[in-house]
Amino acid sequence: MSNKIPVQNIDPQDASTPKVKTVELYEARKKIYVKEITGVFQKVRSFSLWFLMGMYFLFCWISVDGQQLVLFDLPNRKFHIFGATFWPQDFVLLSWLLIICAFGLFFITTLFGRVWCGYTCPQTVWTFIFMWLEERIEGSRNQRMKLDQASMNKQKALKKAAKHASWLFVAFATGLTFVGYFYPVRELVPDFFTFDISSGWAYFWIAFFTLATYINAGWMREQVCLYMCPYARFQSVMFDKDTLVVSYDLNRGEPRGSRKRSADPKEVGLGDCVDCGMCVQVCPTGIDIRDGLQYECIGCALCIDACDSVMEKMEYPKGLISYTTEQKLEGKDSKLLRPRTIGYGLALAIMMSAFAFKLGTRLPVELDVIRDRGALFQTNAKGYIENAYTLQLMNMSDQVRTFVITVEGMDGVSISGKSEFTLEPSEVRSIPMAVEAKPSALTERNHDIVFKAQAVDDASVKIDSESRFLGPAPVKF
Amino acid sequence: MTSFWTGWISFIVLGSIFGCAWLLWVTRKSQKFDTETEQTMGHSFDGIEEYDNPLPRWWLVLFMGTIVFGLGYLVFYPGLGSYKGIFGWTSVNQWEAEVKKAEETYAPIFAKLAATPIEELAKDDKAMKIGQRLFANNCAVCHGSTAHGATGFPNLTDNDWLYGGAPEKIKETITDGRNGSAMRAWKDEIGEEGVKQVANYVRSLSNQEDVDEAMAAKGAEIFAANCFVCHGKDGKGSHDMGAPNLTDGIWLYGGTQAIVEATVRNGRGGVMPSFKDKLGEERIHLLAAYIYSLSHR
Repeated sequence: MSNKIPVQNIDPQDASTPKVKTVELYEARKKIYVKEITGVFQKVRSFSLWFLMGMYFLFCWISVDGQQLVLFDLPNRKFHIFGATFWPQDFVLLSWLLIICAFGLFFITTLFGRVWCGYTCPQTVWTFIFMWLEERIEGSRNQRMKLDQASMNKQKALKKAAKHASWLFVAFATGLTFVGYFYPVRELVPDFFTFDISSGWAYFWIAFFTLATYINAGWMREQVCLYMCPYARFQSVMFDKDTLVVSYDLNRGEPRGSRKRSADPKEVGLGDCVDCGMCVQVCPTGIDIRDGLQYECIGCALCIDACDSVMEKMEYPKGLISYTTEQKLEGKDSKLLRPRTIGYGLALAIMMSAFAFKLGTRLPVELDVIRDRGALFQTNAKGYIENAYTLQLMNMSDQVRTFVITVEGMDGVSISGKSEFTLEPSEVRSIPMAVEAKPSALTERNHDIVFKAQAVDDASVKIDSESRFLGPAPVKF
Repeated sequence: MTSFWTGWISFIVLGSIFGCAWLLWVTRKSQKFDTETEQTMGHSFDGIEEYDNPLPRWWLVLFMGTIVFGLGYLVFYPGLGSYKGIFGWTSVNQWEAEVKKAEETYAPIFAKLAATPIEELAKDDKAMKIGQRLFANNCAVCHGSTAHGATGFPNLTDNDWLYGGAPEKIKETITDGRNGSAMRAWKDEIGEEGVKQVANYVRSLSNQEDVDEAMAAKGAEIFAANCFVCHGKDGKGSHDMGAPNLTDGIWLYGGTQAIVEATVRNGRGGVMPSFKDKLGEERIHLLAAYIYSLSHR
């Protein structure tokens, strides 16, 4: 009897231990070495980025009639923006402006995806500058990688020091300019270098923004977009199938693989993607666009430039990676006008015109009336009923103005005493004011009255403020 | 705070901080995952799946940094029960420091103003704007923002003064206050009939309407026997006594028959508080100038 040992079929796959990967809960940042690329979109970007940068650095230096064009004068609580002066009362306008900007961003995102991120975002602008400096000092992507791997020597130390010095210089210029929008820049810069700034806070904020710029644009870079930027997190809800996105044409590219330049892809059974990895090397957020739409993609189109340059060399048609829409990739027509864009556009148009109207009809005068809280009313020497108020009259214009105050709203009510006041530019005056009326004119315990302030030199500059006139219960005959 | 509560609060605060630190520390270690089966967290919504991706390392650094900051804060500032912190900070001493700073800024301004005589200061527009603010903050509650007064609170703009309207007198009034006029109740002494008669007489002094002449004549006798001590024989009052002038038709409490009767019957006693401690001499000087200016325009 032969007892054979039963054959056991051992599948090597089953037998092997499961593929276990070790995952750290907190992962160290993998440094991204961005390859510099030239191309159509990079040209557009660099124009836009240098332009915005230039605006930032130059705007605060422009003065008109001795007034800095853009100055947020916090100590005096006045904001000068392009010749208009905004007061704390106008803050509601600022919130509207921010809401309009947000809607503008939504509108643009719905149409063109994340062009804001790729072409105009300050994080992108400053990172672009810092990367540009890095490339000039440490060399190309490969040279930088080699430099980082090399052990420290004089050459490396020198290059690193030069890079950080140049970064810090730009960061400092940024910080100084930033504070220059809050503190007259023409005084700030000389005062800074002679250590003559009266407020220690100016030094603090310059240091703060210098450091913040240096860390954000030098060290954090894509980390800001990936982990800090709220917009990156919610922009996807504004996308639809017709939104312009940077996308890889899967049908055309796959299967990817390397081949000889002379080979016909169809014969080798490959798509147009030569799998050179250029699109990954140029990506500032370090993603592979060929994996599809990802929230990390800032829509900067550098991968398009990179891919197009390769396609050109391979003599394939351009546009394997391109600005396109999901509809187009599926071979359908893409529409610009759709309920979503029309809705956003309409809301935006309404808000912008309301804002422009409000801005245009804003008057440089403000009147607040505060009723005295002590006595409700009293009888004065004339035997009239008298109420006391404190008026806050503000001349928000840049010229000396005389205002006439009148009161209306009930019969026989008048101001007792002076009613003309001359105010200096941007003066806020508190005016104690007694208002009187004959007891016989009082038909109710309280009457709504209106104070009116009217500029003598300009009939359009006038403002109303409501209040109340109180008296004793009227005598019934 | 009792030592039990101090201990309890410290325990909770420090316990929470060290608890967080411990949690961060023990969970930071690497975990082993089966990449075949455990790529996602297993959460799915609308076909969107949640990946189990690691957090960036610098977050851990930030978390730890916050803990270090928190501990440092608790060393310097109060937060652990009754422990005051190295700086001994309280909101009261912060307020005091602010006040001191403000005093240092404004003291020279007020010192300069205080050196100017009141009559002159009353003509200085800028000084009067400051004076007006002082008045609005300290005096307007009773005297009204217009300083026209109210029932029981004198009008400061009519140049009729209970205690005198000379600059020094005004200053004295603000500094030390006025402890009520000595107008006492007369009802027991002169009787209800006497009250009515005197009231009629007093009202006749300022030519009020509806005065009963016969009553007034009788009232004159009572006045001459009792009231002249303070209000004077002619009823013109006395600044030394704070007794009002009864002939000018200005009434602190009202001039109708019923009100004047009530005044005589029950007496009156308004109190002007002292502002010496609240405002200090320099501000009182400026305030006096403002009040002076109201009736000397």
